[in-house]
Amino acid sequence: MDVSKILNEQDRIAKANLIQYLAQQCRVEIFDILYKLGNGHWGGSASAAEILATLYFCIMNIKSEDPGWPDRDRLVLSKGHAAPMLYAMLAHRGYFPVDELQSLRLLNSRLQGHPCMNHTSGVEMSTGALGHGISTGLGMALSAGILKKNYWSFMIVGDGCLNEGQSWEGIMATAKFKPSRFVILVDYNKVQLDGNSDDIMPLDPLFDKFKAFNLNVCSKTFDGHNVKDILESWDWIRDNYEKPVVVIYRTVKGKGVSFMEHNHKWHGAPIDKDSYDNGRPELLARLKELEAEL
Amino acid sequence: MKLAGENPDLVVLDADVSASTQTLHFGNKYPERFFNVGVAEANMADIAGGMASCGLRPVINTFAIFMSLKCTDQIRNVLCYNNLNVILAGNYAGLSDSFDGASHQSIIDIAIMCAMPNMKVIVPADSSELEQALKIALQIKGPTYLRICRNPTPALFENDEPFKFGKIRKVREGEDITIAACGVPVYMAIEAATELAAKGISAEVLNVSTIKPLDIKALVESVSKTGKILTVEEHSVHGGMGSSVANALVKHFPVRMDMIGIRDTFTETGPYLELLSKYGISTADIINKAENLINSQ
Repeated sequence: MDVSKILNEQDRIAKANLIQYLAQQCRVEIFDILYKLGNGHWGGSASAAEILATLYFCIMNIKSEDPGWPDRDRLVLSKGHAAPMLYAMLAHRGYFPVDELQSLRLLNSRLQGHPCMNHTSGVEMSTGALGHGISTGLGMALSAGILKKNYWSFMIVGDGCLNEGQSWEGIMATAKFKPSRFVILVDYNKVQLDGNSDDIMPLDPLFDKFKAFNLNVCSKTFDGHNVKDILESWDWIRDNYEKPVVVIYRTVKGKGVSFMEHNHKWHGAPIDKDSYDNGRPELLARLKELEAEL
Repeated sequence: MKLAGENPDLVVLDADVSASTQTLHFGNKYPERFFNVGVAEANMADIAGGMASCGLRPVINTFAIFMSLKCTDQIRNVLCYNNLNVILAGNYAGLSDSFDGASHQSIIDIAIMCAMPNMKVIVPADSSELEQALKIALQIKGPTYLRICRNPTPALFENDEPFKFGKIRKVREGEDITIAACGVPVYMAIEAATELAAKGISAEVLNVSTIKPLDIKALVESVSKTGKILTVEEHSVHGGMGSSVANALVKHFPVRMDMIGIRDTFTETGPYLELLSKYGISTADIINKAENLINSQ
């Protein structure tokens, strides 16, 4: 009996439970802040919580005390409207005080409505206009080759990003230049601003599209809200580090508040008082469940 | 090539026009630092942005019209917003791709580039200025647009006469009128000044090779002496060098002014100099407008 394997597995489960809890905690914080603020993008932020939390707390090799460390792993949030959740992760990871999240989108804040690398410590690339992530990330990954470094470059793209022609230019170039340690993570909630992606601009068969563009796409679609599943995807990514990879995560826009889930209206609409009062207990109940598992 | 050897951080990207922009020579010598991204200018600009964020010094190359129009979002939201060290080499600028017609002629690129915060805009008047500008641009913080003409142009400056970023070069002293030109029309302005001198008009010729930031001090110094200015450029009169000069002088030292450039129109196919002339950019046009400006007082 290989005890070390079991112990490792136990450690992994404990870690996953902690990250799962943290992601939900950030969801609650962001829900509160966006309600108070009366604007900002809840749907896409909630969709990316677990993917971001797992990257920042388990996968990426970064130093918040030295944000410019040349060997750090890079993450570009191509779906820049999920900035609130990115900021929550950066704050909890130590890039700036958690209290500063309250300044989101306010005048003179370092936390701009969409990520800005010159304003916010830890943000690797300014995004917001969709479609920039894959190309800029590819530039980072190619730089690692030129500079003889081994850092990873992660891109998080959403449905809207993949509507943009530039994303597919970037995908073609990724397949041509084949940098190692370059990862395209698809936060595939299948809802965009105006409605369901299947109605606005269908992306399926998405796996086949990436495959046809000559990229190594993981054949399994992972649950983007289950940290254990996300960690399993990381195992696959690490095994395939030599060439660029794509991983598709099944996610839910507005995850955590039942009546907001899968609903395009909560892409960027202000959270009204009734929705806040009805939604918050759901988020807290789940947080309590997760706490019990710690 | 010499610069490439001296700067290991220099990387070159091209969008399937490397035979035209001549970057293929760099690619042959330094294949590990050369990236031909195909006909995908937006992607090229953003890859360069990502590279610059990691400390490299990318130079992106395509025709000026595609540089300014096919990757405007990327130039604005990635290169300029983040103030990244990327050199944008806009080739075949102005009407220099004359036979290819309006689809390839770039007459609003200066307007677009000047409107972007953090962007620096340089329009070299000859090959020595281009060479020196490139060298300087590699030291400048943030994005720099180099507007490059295709056609052979007379050498105006000796290599040992240094080009200074952000400074106007006075090419000829004069008392009666200032003629401020950039790019290819600089040599036309010099020719015009010689002919005007024969008519008893003393024209001062300025080479405005850096349009942003503009050397307002030198402009004011010149027009405070001559009292009038004619700008000459191979660009639309809307938003080009003339507009930048007008913008500065209206505040600092208003004088009578006229502009030579392309009016609010699309251009067409034809031999380069004849085409420029058809759209009002020639030595004769400069003489004519200069005389009108002087006589209208």
